[in-house]
Amino acid sequence: MKILLFFLLLLSPVVNAVDTYQFNNPEQQAAYDSLVSELRCLVCQNQTIGDSNAELAADLRRQVYEMLQQGKSQADIQQFMTDRYGDFVLYNPPFKAKTGLLWLGPVVFLAVGLLAVFLFTRRKKTVLPADNVAENAEKLAAARRLLTDKDTENLS
Amino acid sequence: MLKFIIPLVLFAILAVFLAVGLNLNPHDIPSPFINKPAPVFSAPKLTAPTEKLSTGDLKGQVWLFNVWASWCVSCRAEHPVLNELAKQQAVTIIGLNYKDEADAAKKWLESLGNPYNVSIMDQDGRIGIDWGVYGVPETFVVDKKGVIRLKFTGPVTPEAVQQTLLPLIKQLQAEQS
Repeated sequence: MKILLFFLLLLSPVVNAVDTYQFNNPEQQAAYDSLVSELRCLVCQNQTIGDSNAELAADLRRQVYEMLQQGKSQADIQQFMTDRYGDFVLYNPPFKAKTGLLWLGPVVFLAVGLLAVFLFTRRKKTVLPADNVAENAEKLAAARRLLTDKDTENLS
Repeated sequence: MLKFIIPLVLFAILAVFLAVGLNLNPHDIPSPFINKPAPVFSAPKLTAPTEKLSTGDLKGQVWLFNVWASWCVSCRAEHPVLNELAKQQAVTIIGLNYKDEADAAKKWLESLGNPYNVSIMDQDGRIGIDWGVYGVPETFVVDKKGVIRLKFTGPVTPEAVQQTLLPLIKQLQAEQS
């Protein structure tokens, strides 16, 4: 029963804020959808203005819609928002000195990780087999000795 | 020996990063407006809706622009600080009554006191968007040339008034317009 409820929860539709804006053409609607999904709601910072029901998000959606109606391009609207709220408002911030760490950080971590793995595995490979050969030879000799002892015991 | 030092150093670096991260306030977003001209507005006054106040009227003086609303809980906490500042008459204080009902706002000022030289109305939040407002209360300091010099997000505290606001206002008052 609990499992069933869990799956029912998974089925529940994603709820977005709903506005009743009328668009002139499908391109305009597409531009609107893409803008509201990449502008951050500054009140609830982990949501886009398209996801959020905060009042500020609704106001910003209205702003986006009105600017599209005035014939402004997506770039114009993004510029309008960053002029007022800074790069933080963009979920996809531009690459520049201030955001460099944000963009390059993961690459640097990956590189460091790969280097660590490489060094670690190489060291293991060079150290272990040498040890093993000597150790194995010893064990093999011991086993042989045991076997021959047994054989002679049985025969007697 | 190295075997222990490397993890220790890594841990120390991680701890520094986490400590800095914990002490950052995610709601304190640097305003792109610092040292930029204040956005222009012309809006009806709260107490006399037929009259308008515009940014042009404030040229040549240092003014605070305080964003407030009667529905805003932190504004209530901030209000006595503003009243105290108004008493000193150190600076012109303009209020932006943000997304509020005029009647509720007027009642609020009647019961808690009115520190504002003028409050203007922004019922649909457009002036707020122009000023990059995202968390009420917010306070801007504008100099004689109409340039924004400082922004507070959240309630202004008595310490902030003494240590930051008043010294800055004094400095800006001395500047040529």
